[in-house]
Amino acid sequence: MINYIFKRILYAIPILIGVNLLTFTLFFVVNSPDEVARLHLGNKRVTQEQIQSWNEQRGYNFPLFFNQSETGLNVIKKTIFYEKSVKLFYFDFGISDSGRDIKYDIKQRMWPSLAIALPSLLVGLMINITFALFFVFFRATKVDYIGVIFCVALMSISSLFYIIGGQYLISKLLQLVPISGYAQGVDAIKFLILPVFISVIYGIGSGTRWYRSLFLEEIEKDYVKTAKSKGLSEVSVLFNHVFKNALIPILTGVVVILPLLFLGSLIVESFFGIPGLGSYTIDAIQSQDFAIVRAMVFLGTILYIFGLILTDISYTLVDPRVRLK
Amino acid sequence: MINDLKNIFLLSIFLFGCSDNPLNSPYSDNNSSQNILYSSFQERPKHLDPVRSYSSNEYAFLAQIYEPLFQYHYLKKPYELIPLTATKLPEVQYLDSNFKVTKKVKNARYSKYILNIKKGILYQNHPAFFKEKSKYLYHSLELDDLKNINTLSDFKKSSTRELMSDDYIYQIKRLADNLNHSPISGVMQEYIYGFTEYKEQLSKLNNISGEKRVSYLKNNKMLGIKKIDDFSFSIILKKPYPQFVYWLAMPFFAPMPWEADLFYSQQQLKKKNITLNWYPVGTGPFMLTENNPNLRMVLKRNSNFRGEVYPSLKDKIKNKKMYSENKEKVIPFIDEAIFSLEKEQIPRWNKFLQGYYDNSGIASDNYDQAVSLNSSGDITLTEELKEKGIHLSMATAASTYYIGFNMLDGTVGGKSNRAKYLRQAITLAIDYEEYISIFANGRGIVAQSPIPPGIFGYQDGIKKYNKTIYSFKNKRIVKKNIEKAKILMEKAGYPNGINQKNGKPLILYFEATGSGADTYSFLNWLRKQFKKINIQLVTRVTDYNRFQEKMINGTGQIFQWGWNADYPDPENFLFLLYSKNGKVKYSGENASNYDSKEFDKLFIKMKNMRNSIEREKIIDQMLSIIQEDCPWIWGWHPKSFSLSHGWVENVESNLMANNTLKYKKIKLNSRNKNIKSWNKANFTLLYILAFLIFLLILSVFFMVRKKDREKIYD
Repeated sequence: MINYIFKRILYAIPILIGVNLLTFTLFFVVNSPDEVARLHLGNKRVTQEQIQSWNEQRGYNFPLFFNQSETGLNVIKKTIFYEKSVKLFYFDFGISDSGRDIKYDIKQRMWPSLAIALPSLLVGLMINITFALFFVFFRATKVDYIGVIFCVALMSISSLFYIIGGQYLISKLLQLVPISGYAQGVDAIKFLILPVFISVIYGIGSGTRWYRSLFLEEIEKDYVKTAKSKGLSEVSVLFNHVFKNALIPILTGVVVILPLLFLGSLIVESFFGIPGLGSYTIDAIQSQDFAIVRAMVFLGTILYIFGLILTDISYTLVDPRVRLK
Repeated sequence: MINDLKNIFLLSIFLFGCSDNPLNSPYSDNNSSQNILYSSFQERPKHLDPVRSYSSNEYAFLAQIYEPLFQYHYLKKPYELIPLTATKLPEVQYLDSNFKVTKKVKNARYSKYILNIKKGILYQNHPAFFKEKSKYLYHSLELDDLKNINTLSDFKKSSTRELMSDDYIYQIKRLADNLNHSPISGVMQEYIYGFTEYKEQLSKLNNISGEKRVSYLKNNKMLGIKKIDDFSFSIILKKPYPQFVYWLAMPFFAPMPWEADLFYSQQQLKKKNITLNWYPVGTGPFMLTENNPNLRMVLKRNSNFRGEVYPSLKDKIKNKKMYSENKEKVIPFIDEAIFSLEKEQIPRWNKFLQGYYDNSGIASDNYDQAVSLNSSGDITLTEELKEKGIHLSMATAASTYYIGFNMLDGTVGGKSNRAKYLRQAITLAIDYEEYISIFANGRGIVAQSPIPPGIFGYQDGIKKYNKTIYSFKNKRIVKKNIEKAKILMEKAGYPNGINQKNGKPLILYFEATGSGADTYSFLNWLRKQFKKINIQLVTRVTDYNRFQEKMINGTGQIFQWGWNADYPDPENFLFLLYSKNGKVKYSGENASNYDSKEFDKLFIKMKNMRNSIEREKIIDQMLSIIQEDCPWIWGWHPKSFSLSHGWVENVESNLMANNTLKYKKIKLNSRNKNIKSWNKANFTLLYILAFLIFLLILSVFFMVRKKDREKIYD
């Protein structure tokens, strides 16, 4: 298994280089460092001298890929690509264009993101599986049809509707929890109830349908027929046989997103004023802080690859037939 | 049963605190008894270092912490400068070419400002000032010293010291330092004697940072700045520049103690994001105790603040000194201000209505909910807001938004009569009254010239108006007919929008930025305006970077831009059309690259004058030149509407003063009472929902059991 993991990590390197190169090209071909500087220095009274000095201070005065004025390794090292992108490979995220240490900010902001994402995932998982099992139990009946229609309806509504509607109903009309905000420690609970509730409701439609289709696929298999022919009850078959076997694809889906939970949700965090990594990324995009965007894209890629490796490992744990070579 | 449910809900949700507080309160329970002002901010302030900060959202915090020499009188209009940390308004001397004082302004080669500061002003407590055995404890920190330090408040020891003239001098030197990227260093280079040379010296030392750089700034003098004693200093300007005093009222010229600069320059602190840009240190009434701009920013009363009297309209300046009617030093009235980040309009507005924010602006989405027109056509609050005791305050901002023509463009630019008539025709065709009504909910006034209301030289459209667009008929000012625009088009050689020379329709290009519904509605509206005189307008929407590039290279044709006043003087608006500020040639702020010798001559004359009848005449002349030439379509001046709850006192509209938090007062009892009555939790729906869920679970249980049994029997 160690060999397999090592191999997967090696495969990840070209992917990371590709992603890095792509984001770098997008940022620096579309926008010149001068334009980025102008944006950060403000709209009023910006002089070329200031732009030059800003670029020098942040290492944007180097050539993009090759520095012909240098010799030896410095030909590659004294370039924007090396300074800004290669350093990411040893997790040196550097300083944001607004002058803050990015690694420090990421460490601070991943916890609020996790505080929403983790309960949303767990509660959502429980509810979606329960609904899916219920519809599968009543498959091909009116209950199932109505359930599927209900799920499709839930899926068809924009997430913004749930957020605004939820804030209006729960916080404004019923006045049960704050509309938005966040606090540290246990005080955070009252701020998390509404976003978690909305995230769960929003996910019910797609989640239930997805798990329903997984259970239906299992229920048609021969071992289920054997179990039924042995005289087992429907409930017993569903929980003891179907549910256990359908766990493999469920696990795959869940494990792959586990590392990404740290990255947060762009819209939910923005509407609920949660200081997580989702709003960190969206702020950086809006203010064109490319140092942050680059770091977040790189981190996202790494976490996704890590998620995939975790999924492979989890396969071996739930299905003894699977061996990683 | 119902009570049990309620108790379980309360216990489960608010196990950790709330007892007396409404359930939907975003604040902790003990906050309600404290003298705190609650507000929100939409965008994280980028910079809190006074040397760089240049936007209103940054000044909202910075101006409460740092104190420049002067401030604007809170109550007086037109805006009036009064001393803040200075003992009096500056003494200005004129110097001849040998730096000797001369009383003849004509002989003046330089001007000298003598500035005196009050004694006994103390900085807020800060670790940078703390000394142990006469050595600064935190000036040479090692990695080990910072193990348990993550924010400034983690430093256990702090101290203060008295404000000195050195601190103002040090800050001026910081303005010259390229590494600080001060936006006004270019302007100051033009005026402060020795600034350019100092800047050049510093730029040679770009590889020196930290302690050495601070020591250089501390020990090396700038030619034009002289310390007279610990509480007074002088600044020599290369030329007379009466507007300089306004700059001295801006945070750029706030004092900076070298100790703080040295403290923050330590590399180990930078890695922890403890920087001057994040943790300001000032002498003002408040200090920033919590800076988490992704969540909230907290300003607390500076315990070392000397106190200040609340201003009165009867305040007078005699011999440059301020004499106030009030004597008691009671300012600031509040102990704390909590600003929460609220990016979206909907939660911000709802929290204001619930009483959790003491003040709010009016976003376009909430406009109808907030204000309405009464029978006489005046803007008033809606009944809902009136019932809540909310106050509306209105003021016209010292800003202007305009559509500019690139005067370097072959079609719309240049000095020819053809181009002038074309620009005049377009100016006439565009209906800014309609624009304000559609896109600004009526919150603005049509501009006659670049100068907004409240600034000397403003033309109100009644006594003085833009004669190119308006005419005097039947004892009132009316806009000229669209037919007049068509005649101008003919004179320009484009009858019915067709180029007489080649018979092709006239196509013009508008450079736009932004995206979204608002931008596209505006562009559609603009196309229709041009269509009135049969001009086809092609809109070229790009991102802001591309737009800037076009402006810098002069490749754009028609564009929209705006300007917010730095200070209340007509020079700060008219310089936008001075040829030496041309964007293409000089990288200045004259985005339309307007170049008129006559205008320039008058501008130079007007610039250094004090407000007088003579100056007004010159301004009128300048305005009639640009109104005739039409380098801009004189757009509009926005009106700012702001709301505040009845329990907030001393709310005045002063759009030049930024340090207004110290004047605000809160009636705590009224706020607490109202918040409680407006935010009573409603459990009815919750009970119904719980009951339905209970029924659902029960019926599911029976359904499953029934079906399961049926299958077994089958």
